[in-house]
Parts: sequence; structure tokens; C-alpha cells
Amino acid sequence: MTRREWLLSDYPQSRRQARAGQSYRTWLALKSNRLAMVGLWIVLALVAMAIFAPLIAPYDPLIGGDLRLDRLQPPSWEHLMGTDDLARDIFSRVMHGARLTLMVVALVAVIATPIGLTIGTTAGYLGGWVDVVLMRVTDIFLAFPRLILALAFVSALGPGIENAIIAIALTSWPPYARLARAETLTIRDSDFINAARLQGASRLRILWGHVTPLCLSSVIVRVTLDMAGIILTAAGLGFLGLGAQPPQPEWGAMIAGGRRFIIDYWWVATMPGIAIFVVSLGFNLLGDGLRDVLDPKAVK
Amino acid sequence: MAMIEVSDLHVVFGTSVHAVRGVSFEVAEGESYGIVGESGSGKSTVLRAICGLAPTSSGAVRYDGAALKSPRQADFYRRVQMVFQDPYASLHPRHTIDRVLSEPLAIHGFTDRERRIEQALEDVGLGKGFRFRYPHQLSGGQRQRVAIARALILEPRVLLLDEPTSALDASIQAEVLNLLDRIRTERGLTYILVSHDLAVVAHMCERLLVMQHGKAVEELTRARLQAREATQPYTRDLLLASEGYRPLQDA
Repeated sequence: MTRREWLLSDYPQSRRQARAGQSYRTWLALKSNRLAMVGLWIVLALVAMAIFAPLIAPYDPLIGGDLRLDRLQPPSWEHLMGTDDLARDIFSRVMHGARLTLMVVALVAVIATPIGLTIGTTAGYLGGWVDVVLMRVTDIFLAFPRLILALAFVSALGPGIENAIIAIALTSWPPYARLARAETLTIRDSDFINAARLQGASRLRILWGHVTPLCLSSVIVRVTLDMAGIILTAAGLGFLGLGAQPPQPEWGAMIAGGRRFIIDYWWVATMPGIAIFVVSLGFNLLGDGLRDVLDPKAVK
Repeated sequence: MAMIEVSDLHVVFGTSVHAVRGVSFEVAEGESYGIVGESGSGKSTVLRAICGLAPTSSGAVRYDGAALKSPRQADFYRRVQMVFQDPYASLHPRHTIDRVLSEPLAIHGFTDRERRIEQALEDVGLGKGFRFRYPHQLSGGQRQRVAIARALILEPRVLLLDEPTSALDASIQAEVLNLLDRIRTERGLTYILVSHDLAVVAHMCERLLVMQHGKAVEELTRARLQAREATQPYTRDLLLASEGYRPLQDA
């Protein structure tokens, strides 16, 4: 029996095989979607860049070369993306910037997703005054423009990449809570939930074991699609000088730095801009593909 | 003594929908009791009120002589279990059969789960090969067997059956009904079966209650049903309808 047959078996022999088979089927469905694979490769490339940045980057991202000779050099074989006004190699900075971007994206996902899921499923499942209170809190957070609220947080906590992450995470969970609540409302009265109730399952068991797994996929899709927005918000905060602080190679801050000479030395602002564009596109493509695979309601 | 006793049960949803209006009946231990009626007659709601899924506005449900509290105690669920109408909706789409069957055992703290799961699958005529499948890998009849196995795994004394075969093909219906019949004889279970199909109820139940518009119309025994001895006009209509299509004879 080949590994493929083992995975696709209609008669799995163990829990592990059933789970592996299910994951493999999802992977096959995702693999058949070309654009999603492009997105996946971009995201994987971002991860690889972040991990191997010191190996890939030919120069130091923070310390530039000779200020008399190497400032604002156009792209060449020596400096693939040119150099900036402090004679730093932009390619090396973009590589190291991938670390910051990935950190922002990962931390926001790790902070905002559980908050949104927990609040949404709890509100949807329990209903009543719990629902009212939780959803009004969500509404209040939703009512603030995201960037403005993030700005307020950052100005309260002080500028810096960590505070930017906290600010973005605190402002990005309400849509997930809404989504999880809507999903929960559609399944809370379904027969399989009633069946679990009739077995004497506690509320917590139903919420975690039955409701959350079904809300998870659509929330994951939504988070992936929001990644582009998160990257842009982080870049926007960096651009405004409230996110990552110089000399950190954050892409938004790099664009802000290159703004002054955008006419004469276009590459300084353009290169990190391209990086933001490509990574955002990658997350969007991956999110679309995941939606096709994971969301049972989206018919192909 | 009656195993399940429903007395003057009223169920009101919200403020205006009066789904059940004063229904009373008793089911003895080991008996199979049917509730028949058209769609919207409140027959499923009676079942849901017994197991606590529908709110009891007034009246009482007694199990083994003791009035049931709302919400029900954990012990009640070990004694009374339910099989739902639609096997496509009553199994969690992301849980394997193994998970479906082991969850009630985990909730009630059973220890020999492996043996019980294999036994339960065997009891409903599914082999071990089905254990780690997902519901989408099963047919409707197989799913309903899993749902029956789930209800039986806690070894209840009463099984509430909410149209257990109406979502299945005719050939599968007979299989599932025979399975339910066999299990009842083997274990001495008490059944309350809800159906719109008089033939199914006549096959499965010794006594039955006819319901219309949330009210009990008439209680019949199987013998009287088969002899067509209905006293109420609605029951007679129902009996006539159950004979199916018959060409009009020229008068």
C-alpha cells in the first residue's frame, strides 16, 4: 500500500489515519487551485526570508557603507535594490524587514483570532444578556476607525513595533467575533448540537468541541484575507512614525524614509512598496484558496 | 407504573406559537408507543419537551414516577436518549464516528470505551471498518445506524425516536425499522416513536396517539388501528390517506 492509498483509504484503521487522511484531502483540494498555490509560495517565501535573512542578505541592514560613495545608488548587481540615503543596501533591509512583517502578522493572528472566536462563539451560543453585552462591546470597537484607534493606542503606549502589534490586535478582533457569532447562530440549534446536549455535554464542551471547530475554518479564512490589511496597517503606522522606529528595517518606515527623494531616487520607496504589495497579494490569494477549500458554504 | 408519563403538557414558543395544547399520555416500561400526526401537529415538539429541548410551559413530564426538572439532570440522559429525524443533520460534520461514540462515554465517565464502541457498532450492523470514518463518507442509512449506536451507547431504558426513517429510502427504512425492533426485543427498551407514517407506527408500536393542531385527538391500540376502529373523523381521514392513491370509481 502506498502512502497515498493509506491516506485516502475509505476504511481508516486509527484516529491518526482518519485525521491525516482528512488533512491530505484538504491539501489535495488546495493544491488543485493554482492561484492559492502561488499565494502559498509567496507566504512560504516570506517565512524563508524571515528565517534565513542573515544568510541571504549580503550586507548589514542597519550599518551602511561609505556615506561618500554608496549613498542612493541605483539598483545594480552589487546592490540588487539600490541603496538608501544612509548608504544601506535596500535588498538586505527588505530581507530583514520580512522578520518584522512576519512577526506582526503572526502575533496579531495569535492574539486576535482566539479573542474573536471566544467572544463570538460565547455570545452566539449562550445568547441572552451575555450576547447583548459582548456584542455591544464589539460594536464599540468596530465603531472606531481601525487606524485611528491603533494611533490612539500607540500614542498612549508609546511608539514601537510591539505597541503597534498590540494596537492592531486590539482593533482587528471585532470582525472575527461577528463572524464567529453569525456562524454559531446558524449551528446552535442544529440536531448535532441538540444531540450533544442530550448526551449531557456541558456548555464548555459543546462550545469547544462542537461549535468552535465549525467556526474555525471561516475565521481562519477571514484572518488570512485580513493579513494584507494588517500588513498595511503596520506599514501605515511605520510610515507615520508610530510603528517600528528607525533604524529598524520595517517596510512602512522604509517607504516613509524614501518619500523625500521619491522623484530623483525612486527605488528607495518603491522596493519596500513592492515587497508589501507582493506579500499582501500572496496572503489574499492564499485566503481565497483556503475559503474554497475550508468553507463548506462556498460552492465551487 | 408508567415509565414516561406526560400530563396536560403545554408548549408555547415565544408568546404566540402554541405548539402543544394539553397532551397527556402514559407509556409503560417495555412498551412501544407511537405518536402520529401531520406536519405541524406538534408531535415532534412533545418528544422534544420530554427530553428538555423544548420548553414546558405548563403540565408535567414524569420519568419513573418522578417529575423532571428543567434543565434535566445528567442521570436523565443516561436513561433517556433520542434519535433524530435527519441523519445528515444529526452527526457533527467534523467528527469521526469514533469521536461521536466516545464523547457520551467520556461525558459520563465510562472506562472501557474501546470495547463499548466496537460493541455499539456491531449492534447496529456496522463493522469496525466504519469506526474512523467521517459522516460524509457514509450513506444515509449508515448515518442513521451511527445515530442509533450513539443513542444506545449509554445503555438507556427509553429511546425517543423522531421520525427515524422518514429521511431514508424505502428499502433502507425497512432495514432500520427492523434494527430498532430487534434492539427493543433484545434489551427490553421503551420506545416513543413519532411518525407521520401510519404504516410505520402500526408496524412498530402497540399503542398510538393521534395528534392534530397540537391536541391529542385519539388514543388507539394496534389491534383497533388494524381493524380500522377509529372513533374520531380525523383519525378516519388519516387512515384513509394512509391507504394511498386509489383511482376514483365511476359512480
